[in-house]
Amino acid sequence: MEYVSPDVLAKEADELIKTIDPSALNPKSRRAIPLQEMPSQDPLVRRNNMEEVALGYTESQVKLEAMRCLQCKNAPCISGCPVSINIPGFIAAAAEGDFEKSIGIIKESSSLPAICGRVCPQETQCMATCTVGKAEKDVMRSVQIGRIERYVADWERENDKIQVPEVAPSTGKRVAIVGSGPSGLSAAFDLRKEGHDVTVYEAFHKNGGVTVYGIPEFRLPKKIVEIEIDTLVKMGVKIVTNFLVGKTRKLTDLLEKDGFDAVYIAAGAGLPKFMGIEGENLVGVFSANEYLTRSNLMKAYDTANSRTPIYHAKKVAIFGGGNVAMDAARTAKRIGAEEVHVVYRRTEAEMPARVEEVHHAKEEGIIFDFLTNPVKILGDENGRVKGIECLKYELGEPDDSGRRRPVPIEGSNFIIDLDACIPSLGNNANPILSNSTPDLEVNKWGNIVVDENNKTSIDRIYAGGDIVLGAATVILAMGQGRHAAESINKLLKA
Amino acid sequence: MNKIIRKIQLSDDVFQMEIEAPLIAEERKAGQFIILIVSEEFGERIPLTIAGADEEKGTITIIFQAVGDSTKELGKKSEGDYIDSLLGPLGKATHIVKYDKPVVCVGGGIGVAPLRPIVEAFKKAGNEVISIIGARNKDLLILEDEIRAYSDEVIICTDDGSYGRKDLVTAPLKEICESRDPAEVVAIGPPVMMKFCALTTKPYKVKTTVSLNTIMIDGTGMCGGCRVTVGDETKFVCVDGPEFDGHLVDFDNMINRLNTYKHQEEEHNCRIGLDSKGGEK
Ligand SMILES: Cc1cc2nc3c(=O)[nH]c(=O)nc-3n(C[C@H](O)[C@H](O)[C@H](O)COP(=O)(O)OP(=O)(O)OC[C@H]3O[C@@H](n4cnc5c(N)ncnc54)[C@H](O)[C@@H]3O)c2cc1C
Ligand SMILES: Cc1cc2nc3c(=O)[nH]c(=O)nc-3n(C[C@H](O)[C@H](O)[C@H](O)COP(=O)(O)OP(=O)(O)OC[C@H]3O[C@@H](n4cnc5c(N)ncnc54)[C@H](O)[C@@H]3O)c2cc1C
Ligand code: SF4
Ligand code: FES
Repeated sequence: MEYVSPDVLAKEADELIKTIDPSALNPKSRRAIPLQEMPSQDPLVRRNNMEEVALGYTESQVKLEAMRCLQCKNAPCISGCPVSINIPGFIAAAAEGDFEKSIGIIKESSSLPAICGRVCPQETQCMATCTVGKAEKDVMRSVQIGRIERYVADWERENDKIQVPEVAPSTGKRVAIVGSGPSGLSAAFDLRKEGHDVTVYEAFHKNGGVTVYGIPEFRLPKKIVEIEIDTLVKMGVKIVTNFLVGKTRKLTDLLEKDGFDAVYIAAGAGLPKFMGIEGENLVGVFSANEYLTRSNLMKAYDTANSRTPIYHAKKVAIFGGGNVAMDAARTAKRIGAEEVHVVYRRTEAEMPARVEEVHHAKEEGIIFDFLTNPVKILGDENGRVKGIECLKYELGEPDDSGRRRPVPIEGSNFIIDLDACIPSLGNNANPILSNSTPDLEVNKWGNIVVDENNKTSIDRIYAGGDIVLGAATVILAMGQGRHAAESINKLLKA
Repeated sequence: MNKIIRKIQLSDDVFQMEIEAPLIAEERKAGQFIILIVSEEFGERIPLTIAGADEEKGTITIIFQAVGDSTKELGKKSEGDYIDSLLGPLGKATHIVKYDKPVVCVGGGIGVAPLRPIVEAFKKAGNEVISIIGARNKDLLILEDEIRAYSDEVIICTDDGSYGRKDLVTAPLKEICESRDPAEVVAIGPPVMMKFCALTTKPYKVKTTVSLNTIMIDGTGMCGGCRVTVGDETKFVCVDGPEFDGHLVDFDNMINRLNTYKHQEEEHNCRIGLDSKGGEK
């Protein structure tokens, strides 16, 4: 797809909307409205800054895109949304230009729409089931539900319309939440609304979990996360940073010594996976978590101010094909790498990353080496990375998941010269809590085991999000936070 | 925000600080560390060992050497000032046991600070403790009295002979291995010193524990930046350590990794702030 400038997109939409009579729209004329592309920063410019890549729709664009929705009676899109947002409802309000009503409808089900509108993998959730996409036989041509969501959430924030929800009179009950990522924050929101005294404990010095230390500024500005958290603070949620539950305080001591009535664990995944290949501890090999934390949380890209250094390499390889890999690759480019490769052992079709991010990465000049996998990292005489040895792969028979399995081609070894690599294979469960809490049941991957109410093996302790699901998504983590909050509410009322 | 209650300058660039941190003071054990940020906005996360704590007063003590930007900034703070962030206690506690044979505690330079609570813990467990502490010269030697208070015997080495023996700490260590058959050696100091202590004890098959000071970010196992090769395995110093079997640690790899940013090119090759063609804006 050719890059089209925001001005052109805006102008086209402004002209088109004048020709449309909303009251006369029928399914056929709705389908005739062209899909609205997301305006974005010029790829050649944005490679040199950390600012947000996607700029957001204009008012005409959001209305036009909302008019593409057929307002299906059975609303298949809702079933694709992990938190069942009333999608046709908020889209209809957006089409009418009633953005206040629109954001109100979303907020009945989700408390972080400005975040979800930016990072949810819509193409595998709401958009996957949308009637428009089905009719066009292309999920990417579905109604752009996330972009509309983002618009109304931004509208609310930019127009100072964010309302601090009412909090019920104090119940006298106290709940501790471990971790300030999407899951912990959404649980805090729902629990505080019911009038409980809520304290969130966060190990880092900043709140937000992966949304602040992992997902880069150019995809999700930190300011947006801060404002969402501000609302929680205004509701009376207490947030304590620099507090590692399991170390600063034992998990069960929160109940036994500190008098909390219930605990929700939302500690995220947070233990980087490595491949176990030779050379992984050479200088110049970084987990994506380390690389991204240096850049995002510690602002290492701001070399003039930040005290935290980041490794400068000319040629970098990222291993993996998910969002984490895309974020690491695009960050490396911005930090100054001349050539960035994403090495992935399957093909583009199997890549788990969001389609939009892959598209953006390509526009920014990231090189994709598909059907390729590193077998060894090579070092120079000083113990620094100088290259990787790879194997070529081909796709074999489908495995249990239905995906065709990548099979290595014997003897296809070849070498790529480079000076840094970033394994970005996702995260396992962090063992700090389970190691310090003998009674807490975890499965063989270290994830906390919960029942259908998100309750753990210990009374009054609940868990959810990535620490339960394994590395998942923002919206799934939030959904679990809400569900756990509901269970805790029941417990505290009983 | 944690308040600095007391500050003492131990030598030219070594400072001791007592900092308010009641929860950490209550939970911490010998061998554990904290991570602090001097000023949050752009600060670095720096790991420092907990050199002591007063549970009643709710304070912990750190002893640090002002070597780079962040530790120098910390050294400029005064009593009554605050530290933006303080996280801990991190890492595993030292495994303290009662042996029938002597325990040898070896500390080099600033490494004497993390060694101090370990000496104390071994002594309190009823062990015979022999301490060897070393520094480049007399002025750089720290905590001699504190180490003496919990040791049956103290051997002091300086590189220039300005105090104690003119030797590296490995010389008396070798003698003790030969004559006293120690049960365990704990060595903490610069990586090179720990490497040579481990090499010294190896022929005598004396269990040797070292405390590794790798580069760290989170200190909770999340970033993987602190990883070291121990035996054939990769370990995370912040959660699996900081103490490891010195005979299994790949010190050369660790020393290389510590120098990751040392050769960082001076030139500004970051793209941020450049125009679309890569020229300065
Ligand atoms: C680089 C990257 C990119 C991603 N991109 C996307 C995307 O585009 N779309 C999407 O939907 N998902 C994405 N994800 C996944 C998504 O971010 C996670 O699924 C989601 O953040 C999980 O939320 P959570 O609340 O369970 O945990 P987290 O966000 O991981 O938050 C957990 C928090 O708990 C804290 N903590 C951990 N242990 C303790 C403890 N013992 N005591 C106190 N605090 C503790 C941690 O410091 C952290 O702040 C991405 C993940 C990464 C790493
Ligand atoms: C678990 C742990 C416990 C520690 N305990 C203590 C302690 O009790 N007291 C203390 O003074 N330090 C301790 N350290 C080391 C301390 O964290 C570093 O000295 C500090 O981070 C340096 O920060 P800086 O930004 O001031 O210096 P930087 O700018 O990072 O470094 C400046 C110069 O110092 C050198 N340097 C950096 N780190 C080290 C190191 N670890 N050893 C030797 N030289 C180094 C660098 O190569 C560089 O030349 C500990 C480290 C770990 C991992
Ligand atoms: S399925 Fe698509 S077209 Fe139908 S209501 Fe949902 S968003 Fe609109
Ligand atoms: S410091 Fe990050 S994993 Fe140890």
